[in-house]
Amino acid sequence: MRLVLTPEQRELRETVRSFLASASPPPAVRRAAESERGYDPAVHRRMAGELGLTGLIVPEEHGGSGAGYGELAVVLEETGAALLPGPFLATTLAAILLTETGEKDLLAGIAAGTTVATVVLDGNRALCGAEADVVLSIGGDGGDRVLARTGGDRRPLRTLDPTRRQALVEPGGEVVAASAEGVARARDLFAVAVAAEQLGVLRASLEAIVAYSKVRVAFNRLIGSYQGVKHKLADMHCTLEQAESIVRYAAWAADEAPDELPGAAALAQAYLGRACFEVASGSLLLHGGIGFTWEHDAHLYYKRAKADEVLLGPPRAHRARLADLLEL
Amino acid sequence: MDLEEYRRQAREWLEANAPRTAEDTGGGNPGADGVAAAKAFMAKLYDAGYSGITWPKEWGGQGLTQAEERAFAAEAAAYTLPTYVFSIGLGMCGPTLVDLGTDSQRRRFIRPLLRGEEIWCQLFSEPAAGSDVAALQTRAVETDGGWVVDGQKVWTSVAQHADRGLLLARTDADVPKHKGLTMFIVDMRAPGVTVRPLRDMTGRAHFNEIFFDGVHIPAENVVGRVGDGWNCAVTTLLHERLSIAGGVGMGGRKDDPAAFEALRRTADTTDPVVRDRLVELHIRSRALALFNQRLAQETRAGLFPGARGSAAKLLLAELTVFQADLATSLAGPEAVSWDEDDDAGGRLAHALSLAPAMALGGGTNEIMRNIVGERVLNLPPEPRTDKNVPFKDLRTSGEDAR
Repeated sequence: MRLVLTPEQRELRETVRSFLASASPPPAVRRAAESERGYDPAVHRRMAGELGLTGLIVPEEHGGSGAGYGELAVVLEETGAALLPGPFLATTLAAILLTETGEKDLLAGIAAGTTVATVVLDGNRALCGAEADVVLSIGGDGGDRVLARTGGDRRPLRTLDPTRRQALVEPGGEVVAASAEGVARARDLFAVAVAAEQLGVLRASLEAIVAYSKVRVAFNRLIGSYQGVKHKLADMHCTLEQAESIVRYAAWAADEAPDELPGAAALAQAYLGRACFEVASGSLLLHGGIGFTWEHDAHLYYKRAKADEVLLGPPRAHRARLADLLEL
Repeated sequence: MDLEEYRRQAREWLEANAPRTAEDTGGGNPGADGVAAAKAFMAKLYDAGYSGITWPKEWGGQGLTQAEERAFAAEAAAYTLPTYVFSIGLGMCGPTLVDLGTDSQRRRFIRPLLRGEEIWCQLFSEPAAGSDVAALQTRAVETDGGWVVDGQKVWTSVAQHADRGLLLARTDADVPKHKGLTMFIVDMRAPGVTVRPLRDMTGRAHFNEIFFDGVHIPAENVVGRVGDGWNCAVTTLLHERLSIAGGVGMGGRKDDPAAFEALRRTADTTDPVVRDRLVELHIRSRALALFNQRLAQETRAGLFPGARGSAAKLLLAELTVFQADLATSLAGPEAVSWDEDDDAGGRLAHALSLAPAMALGGGTNEIMRNIVGERVLNLPPEPRTDKNVPFKDLRTSGEDAR
């Protein structure tokens, strides 16, 4: 089992981190979120083209880089930490589903960055469902078919999280792949992917409040010197350490240990969902009144954390899955 | 030898030599017969090359890598090895001597420690110096050819069996508290050393209080420099937290009646509330186990985890209390009153009584949070009123031995 990053993965992290710091810093995130589309298509195109990130896990024969989930987790952690608006996660979920079920035509467009795709989740919701070129859904009697639709009804929804949109979409369309095993694996991989994004949101929330605790003064002292603040931050750090360990493990299981993937994926969602929201919430509260303002970024992390926590179903669903897998 | 072969040999050796089940050792605290048996086992373990696997060869270790140590540990996990009385020496005192001892100290003490010939204990805490261990009052006064020690230590595990102790004492009360300390190796059999068992809340005596009454220590038994004892102690405490978090000498978790594997056999999982509580225990246990494995992998890759070991220790302390609380709550009345012949209830009650030990020993949860906050997150320190004042001018709790 490998729980630490390879030198190549660390390099990838630096590349993505510095790209996002220049192409999508916090003010740009706000501008994009308030724009008509809800994201900056130029940033998405550069991530696909220059960095090749939309095709990261797509097999090389379909135009991707054929990298693993260890690499994908590193990238999603960074897009999460930067609260990147737009369809990167949606397109990644689509790439996972198509790769696992052996589709190839749509994959080529996704890898090239010319196709923006999304996947229908519970309640016919889809991330970036109004903006996506292709909407994928899972159907068929055995739930083993992947269907794709380019048009269909798209009804944009109001969202808690201003940095990423959702829409009600119409599932169905043309059958593009069929594999019960592939669909089942893809569902677990969705859990791993979202957990990696949550790790980034968690980490960035903690970093923000740690930095603020070192500059904010109250009662003639830096607030980070008070145990009432320091001890909460120490607990949040413990949460971060465990969260990162679980995400690395789940990514390793995705790449190397298919038998362990279902348990690792359920563990990742059960732990990360709560952990990410608790840290984002703790970070906001420790900021004091400024954390409650629209101008401060704390609420954006808080809202993304909650949106991610329930994205693949409520926390109890992941815990129930874990109980089943443990044969409790 | 390749790793597979190493592991195969370790498996064979354990099959032939390791006790399959541990007798009741009084919570890991054996009597005289148990100590003799443990020493005999440790000698065999050392002679077979499985004690001090990663310790430097020149001082009596095997000079191998973490890979061999892990391979051995993986095989040994099926047994409860009788190594508890050596855990302080192996986890804290020995590593401190490897880091800071003189060559002659290493030559004299490491091999007998690894072979189980000499049992070690650690003598830092005092009745008036717990979390604030640098406030200790045990005095060491220089005399011809050495030092004379007077004072009292407390919470000392395995001291009743110990041959050697790693002692922290005040050698200068005229300088600030952290600057007047010195670390010594003390002979626990020397005249003037009195060891008294201290009964804890489990009803058993897991540790002791020690009285030093004019005890002589030769000059060559100073560890590090005179006056540099605080820095030496920090080294020991880092090893301590890592060894606690990593489970060195804490007895196999597999025997814990409050652990997930035990509870899933006994709890009524048709009740959805019970089921969800067990899922929570599984999540927390796995999260910490994976964190410990990640720290171990980082260490192997040359990244010393340092103060992050305190995060692992804090998480383990919280998990220990959580699971003992959960196990007794799930068991219901049997956990608090049981027939003399019914071992199960007694074991759960004992687990609940023992649970606070993990949150107090090796630094309280509050001290761990200070360490994580200040040394991992680099948060500003608490304003201190005790740092630049001579020790003799500071307030102290309890009797003042100055």
